[in-house]
Amino acid sequence: MLLAITRRLGQMLFVLVGISILVFLIFFATPGADPSARIAGRNASPEILEAVRKSFGFDQPFYMQYLIMMKKIFVTGDLTSFVNRGWKVVPAVFEAIPVTLSLVIGAAVLWVVFGIIIGTVAAATRGSWLDKFLMVLGLVGISMPVYWLGEVMNLVTQSRYHDTWMFSWVPPLGYKNISTDPRGWFLTLIIPWFTLAILYIGLYGRVLRANLIEALQEDYVRTARAKGLSETRILLRHALRTSLTSFVTLFGLDFGALVGGAALLTEVVFDLHGVGMLTYNALLTLDLPVIMATVLYASFFVVLSNALVDVVYIFLDPRVRTA
Amino acid sequence: MLEVRDLKVSFHTEQGPARAIDGVSFDVAEGEILGVVGESGSGKTVSLLAVMGLITDPNVVIEGSIKYQGRELVGLPAKEMRKLRGREIAMIFQDPMTALTPVYTIGWQIAEQIRAHNSISAKQAEQRAIDLLAEVNIANPHEAIHRYPHQLSGGMRQRAVIAMALSCNPSLLVADEPTTALDVTVQAQILDLVRKLQKNHKSAVVFITHDMGVIAEIADRVMVMYAGRIVERGNKVALFSNPLHPYTKALLDSIPLLEGERPRRLKSIPGSPPALLNRPKGCAFAPRCANRFEACASVPVLPNAGHDAACFKVNP
Repeated sequence: MLLAITRRLGQMLFVLVGISILVFLIFFATPGADPSARIAGRNASPEILEAVRKSFGFDQPFYMQYLIMMKKIFVTGDLTSFVNRGWKVVPAVFEAIPVTLSLVIGAAVLWVVFGIIIGTVAAATRGSWLDKFLMVLGLVGISMPVYWLGEVMNLVTQSRYHDTWMFSWVPPLGYKNISTDPRGWFLTLIIPWFTLAILYIGLYGRVLRANLIEALQEDYVRTARAKGLSETRILLRHALRTSLTSFVTLFGLDFGALVGGAALLTEVVFDLHGVGMLTYNALLTLDLPVIMATVLYASFFVVLSNALVDVVYIFLDPRVRTA
Repeated sequence: MLEVRDLKVSFHTEQGPARAIDGVSFDVAEGEILGVVGESGSGKTVSLLAVMGLITDPNVVIEGSIKYQGRELVGLPAKEMRKLRGREIAMIFQDPMTALTPVYTIGWQIAEQIRAHNSISAKQAEQRAIDLLAEVNIANPHEAIHRYPHQLSGGMRQRAVIAMALSCNPSLLVADEPTTALDVTVQAQILDLVRKLQKNHKSAVVFITHDMGVIAEIADRVMVMYAGRIVERGNKVALFSNPLHPYTKALLDSIPLLEGERPRRLKSIPGSPPALLNRPKGCAFAPRCANRFEACASVPVLPNAGHDAACFKVNP
């Protein structure tokens, strides 16, 4: 167990160092990317350029710049933005984390619950009209781009039908703090949760259905039938239980990526100032310290959620335990 | 106890109906061991799966009559059938490696079956599982109930499967090639076990196999199947000492002898079994039979008593 944890930590360190170097190099070492020219603005005189270079430390060698940046992120925590000088990056990321976590965890609960329900019902009624209907519904969910769906949701709930009984409860866009206003937090997030989850509900429902149907062909399902168990019990306790492994693998990947900032489209559409939004704005202004901090945070979560998946595997599949 | 009459099982396929079982009739008496022998595809497994109501293919058509203790099983509602399955009629499958759900302990799986048919507490079911595992000669049953299938050897798993099948004291046990996937020493142990348990539990056993040696070891009566029909049936001793049907003869001839001069080559049956969709009109074995004559163009009947064969040479 200790060895596994150490190995995980080592892996995480490796990923973080690799990604940070890559981001750093892309920013500084790509041809034509002179950050001081960009910061100084158009038609800046050579004196100003030189001043900028000195003031931001761009005159030092690359590895020194890299090490100073890492020190400022991990040790002193006082890394400041290149664009808004004096704006501290690390606290900004920590402020954005609860927003992203609220959005993604809520959506994850929705997509796991509905994904399992849809996949199981479709597999149980395979070949019937209900199965076909659910699968088409899933496909529709997968096909709708989240930014489009989000805008349509906003149009409907914030504007066109906002004054009807159906959507009058929808608060204006933006994030409410869970500790000061839990009710507002919940209400503002309902629409974003569903918008983000719909794609995954369709995807997970279809994947689970396929896995279940495969599992139902297994010998142990025939044994379970020969034991005289009910079809429901066979489906839920035998087939579903063994099908959950690939479901969990997928979940680990998607969840990690979303927490790491891949929910950015949803965040932008619903004006939630999460990590995705932070990254997006930093990319627009090419603000390296912010990009670096959010990318490191994202890779941390991707590795972390994959480590969690491995732990869940141990519970799901006894064959992993001894291995 | 079990009376099967004119059982026909066919599957709708794109090339038309494929008749896997074509008019099979047999009885199983209380407490006997009936051996069913035949090549792959002869319909031995399908006919017993039909008895168990375990053919889940939606394209299947089952005709004829299967009576278990006077009760008609063909067309019995799924719910009623489920009450019989596992309690009255139990089944052991061929491959113990895949027959158990990998994510549950064997104790859990045995208790699950017991509790599906009896209203007893989890504790009592666990105790019963321990007793059953002890009965099938698994060492340390207290510990073994907490083992997962992948932690057991093939022979151990098959013992666990047998323990599970016996958990509700079934009066009929269907064993579908339970020794085929095991190595020979374990095979002998499993055969001994089946015989011992059959005596203790007084169950009737239908033992499906393609191995004449296993049949000789365990069966009271033997039924030889070929291409979806029964070609010969009789008491084991009579059938082995005096095989009537040319197919049975050929099967026995293809077993190497332990004594006497060793033949340079074992005899084999020329040709191969007919494809499901392309069976000969008359006697299905005729194209491979050395003794065929004009009469073989029509279907031979199997007389319904004693030791007999579905062959025009035997019953002109």
